[in-house]
Amino acid sequence: MKPFTYERVTDLRAAGAAASRAGAKFVSGGTNLLDLMKLEIEQPMHLVDISRLPLKQIEDLPNGGIRIGAQAANSDVAADHRVRARYPVLSEALLSGASGQLRNKASIGGNLLQRTRCSYFYDTAAQCNKRTPGTDCAAVQGVNRIHAILGASDACIATHPSDMAVAMSALEAQIELLEPNQSTRRVAIDDFYCPPGSTPHIETTLRPGEMITSVVLPPPPPGRQRYRKVRDRASYEFALVSVAVIVARDGETITTARVSLGAVAYKPWRSIEAEAALKGRPATLSTYQAAADAAMRSAVGRGHNDFKIELAKRTLCRTLADAAQTSTGRQL
Amino acid sequence: MFFKKWKRWFAMEAPAKPATDAVSRIAVTVNGRRRELELDRRTSLLDTLREHLRLTGTKKGCDHGQCGACTVLINGRRTNSCLTLAVMHDHDDVVTIEGLSAPLHPLQAAFIARDAFQCGYCTPGQICSAIGMLSEVKAGWPSHATADVSSDLVALTDAEIRERMSGNVCRCAAYPNIVAAIRDVVGGASR
Repeated sequence: MKPFTYERVTDLRAAGAAASRAGAKFVSGGTNLLDLMKLEIEQPMHLVDISRLPLKQIEDLPNGGIRIGAQAANSDVAADHRVRARYPVLSEALLSGASGQLRNKASIGGNLLQRTRCSYFYDTAAQCNKRTPGTDCAAVQGVNRIHAILGASDACIATHPSDMAVAMSALEAQIELLEPNQSTRRVAIDDFYCPPGSTPHIETTLRPGEMITSVVLPPPPPGRQRYRKVRDRASYEFALVSVAVIVARDGETITTARVSLGAVAYKPWRSIEAEAALKGRPATLSTYQAAADAAMRSAVGRGHNDFKIELAKRTLCRTLADAAQTSTGRQL
Repeated sequence: MFFKKWKRWFAMEAPAKPATDAVSRIAVTVNGRRRELELDRRTSLLDTLREHLRLTGTKKGCDHGQCGACTVLINGRRTNSCLTLAVMHDHDDVVTIEGLSAPLHPLQAAFIARDAFQCGYCTPGQICSAIGMLSEVKAGWPSHATADVSSDLVALTDAEIRERMSGNVCRCAAYPNIVAAIRDVVGGASR
């Protein structure tokens, strides 16, 4: 690990000032950053510890939504009664990720900003445009079983590994940001991540020194929420494919639907195409299959990951069928 | 009067300004005892416990947060000590396997009774993790094995124990006996 200076900040103004220093990087839970620092993939010169900022609270909003502080632990958000009752898909997604130990440490903001688990990104002997811009992507011609099938480029086929972000995408979360000069702004989660294009090292629309202060969830949309994750092990493993859906029915007809997919792209992949194929259609398997086909219409396999296209379709069909079962389970 | 001033000066916490050298001073409570340390600030909490405080009960397995052998309780919560820096835990309360109730914590006794290990390397992490896990269950936290996360009732089935303990890998595969040992401590029949 490269040497660095360290500073713990306890108010937002100090955080802004500290972030303006050369080579500064925020650390909160550190469960991903410290791993990458050990491998010298991340080499911050100045570590700004923001874990003790007063940003841990979860608060109800007057419009029926909720604001989650960026420093809240993954485990606290997953266990929060309001989240469990009104946004169960978020609780399910959080609980499907990592382990009990990691969820106790990892923050909400850090979860959004975690780096890809592409093995070539981690292997410093391999070429990687994300790690070292302008080299090459070893994954395109390599073992790319876990890689992206949507939104990728020839420069990078890495996926975003978060489960939480997939649920937040289906819930149309807004990310609240604070610049070093203390001005604030909000970005929709769908606009937060940058497509890799020819610059895969630029991953988000965060400005220099900008910090995630909270995530705002609008009031839950009508319908039943469900998160399903498919992976190589039953627990403590990243997704091969995951799906977050919210489906509302009127009798046999689907009135509205939200669909987001995980581990298929550089960001949680909201499928407006699948949603359009569900709205106003009967809640039957053929409708779900049409939606799954629509979601995967522009999908591209790279060889080892070809199976993900079919896996994503089947996972989506199954999850839609689960969520559309209004006779059992909760209707929100 | 001078004495009082000095006393106040000593009692003051060091201001949280960035140091220019490679060393940080921290105070951390480990197993009920306050320890003051001067550390290369790159030192993980795990290395601090093992190499600086000679508490070698906590084990280093992967050093990347993938095996759980380094699990300790920080402010009562189970955490991977390899993936956090000691400097981030100034004034925190850390409990390791050496700090459990003497002579044996009920979980330690149950692990022995159930032969819940072979080589024993993962055991301190398993036991610290199980302590943290049981307080999470007591607090009503759901898990990935919980059918309805909105329900307040958590029935600690064997499937729940396995899911909640999945952050602790045992390469000897003593899992059935680990589940049995934890089951013994919480009570109730295996299901």
